[in-house]
Amino acid sequence: MPSLKDLKNRIASVQSTRKITSAMKMVAASKLRRAQEQAEAGRPYAERMGRMLASLAANVQDSGNGPKLMTGTGADQVHLLIIISSDRGLCGAFNGSIVRESRRQILRLQSEGKTVKLLTVGRKARDQLRREFGALIVETYEDVGRRRLSFADADVVAQKVLSLFDAGEFDVCSVIYNKFKSAISQIVTVQQLVPFAVEAQVEETASAEAKAIYEFEPDEEQILAELLPRNLSIQVYRALLESAASEQGARMTAMDNATRNAGDMINKLTITYNRTRQAYITKELIEIISGAEAV
Amino acid sequence: MADKVEFELVSPEKLLTSQPVDMVVVPGSEGDFGVLAGHSPLISTVRPGVIDVYEGDRVVDRVFVAGGFAEVTETRCTVLAEEAIPVADIDRGKVEQDIRDLGEDLEDAKSDDEKARVEAKLAVARAKLDAAGATAH
Repeated sequence: MPSLKDLKNRIASVQSTRKITSAMKMVAASKLRRAQEQAEAGRPYAERMGRMLASLAANVQDSGNGPKLMTGTGADQVHLLIIISSDRGLCGAFNGSIVRESRRQILRLQSEGKTVKLLTVGRKARDQLRREFGALIVETYEDVGRRRLSFADADVVAQKVLSLFDAGEFDVCSVIYNKFKSAISQIVTVQQLVPFAVEAQVEETASAEAKAIYEFEPDEEQILAELLPRNLSIQVYRALLESAASEQGARMTAMDNATRNAGDMINKLTITYNRTRQAYITKELIEIISGAEAV
Repeated sequence: MADKVEFELVSPEKLLTSQPVDMVVVPGSEGDFGVLAGHSPLISTVRPGVIDVYEGDRVVDRVFVAGGFAEVTETRCTVLAEEAIPVADIDRGKVEQDIRDLGEDLEDAKSDDEKARVEAKLAVARAKLDAAGATAH
């Protein structure tokens, strides 16, 4: 049986753990709010970009010679996967589920005889995938948007992807990230970036005013050639924002659970402590009484 | 003037302005163009320069943009800007310093790629300085 002193120490240590986890939960909650606001603020740009792209694409598709970023290279031999994870742990299944999905995708593509290249954002994905697929990783980024995620951070990643594409290093590019649904639930999403699938967006907006016949200055192809790389940056930025919000959400939930568990543990330990104390008192009393009787 | 055009200025990070105005003049890559209500639909690229917002005959707002895209419909003018700051907030000294730094970078640039990127940045900085100069004098 543990002594009273041991129990006391243990209670104190669990209490300080609870303090830390509940502080982390609070921090995550405020960061989550900020991340959500940021994601909200970024939406108008992406929306309008999508609308513009849709009306452009509708025009260019008719002529049949769009830029490669949209139509693809005509092959799908080499796949580039952008894997977005976090830099820090203690956020539940956040990184685990990303890594699991990535592994599944990599193995599926490899079994189809495709070549896979990886680009990881965040320390955790790199650390967990390095052992198995270290040779596939072409580039890793750490500390992306550590203080506050800016568009420039996303642009760095997007520029790298573009330069790889221009060099003919891959045919298809997808991004794997945690999509933010709510603070409790994040959905691992695989989204294809190159070639960019416009169809879905065209249908959404075509019904509205996008049908208006635009003039283009300079011509469609040139605008599209400038717009598509921008769009790639935007898509990466959006994925990073979603991932940042998800990370904080996952951490908040994980820390909430940890705080509750610590509370339960403290209760249990306190009961044991009190029982042990009572037992000691009873034992001492018995000793005194039986000592007195013996006299 | 009764008819107004809805002017929206958006950067990747947030929606900067959304307001009805009488006219906006946008620095298109093939020349500036003014947008009044009822303008024919147009999509254009934007070069680094200043957007002038008119209320009646007066310029009420001048915003510097570092390139982007503009979409114009009959009732709306949307500018997707890469970077946007009001002309009044441009710090001349800082921009001049930037231009000097970029000039040095250009000399150090090794590959053509790198050179092109620095040149693009330099063009933006010069345009910014022009914009600031136009209001100072």
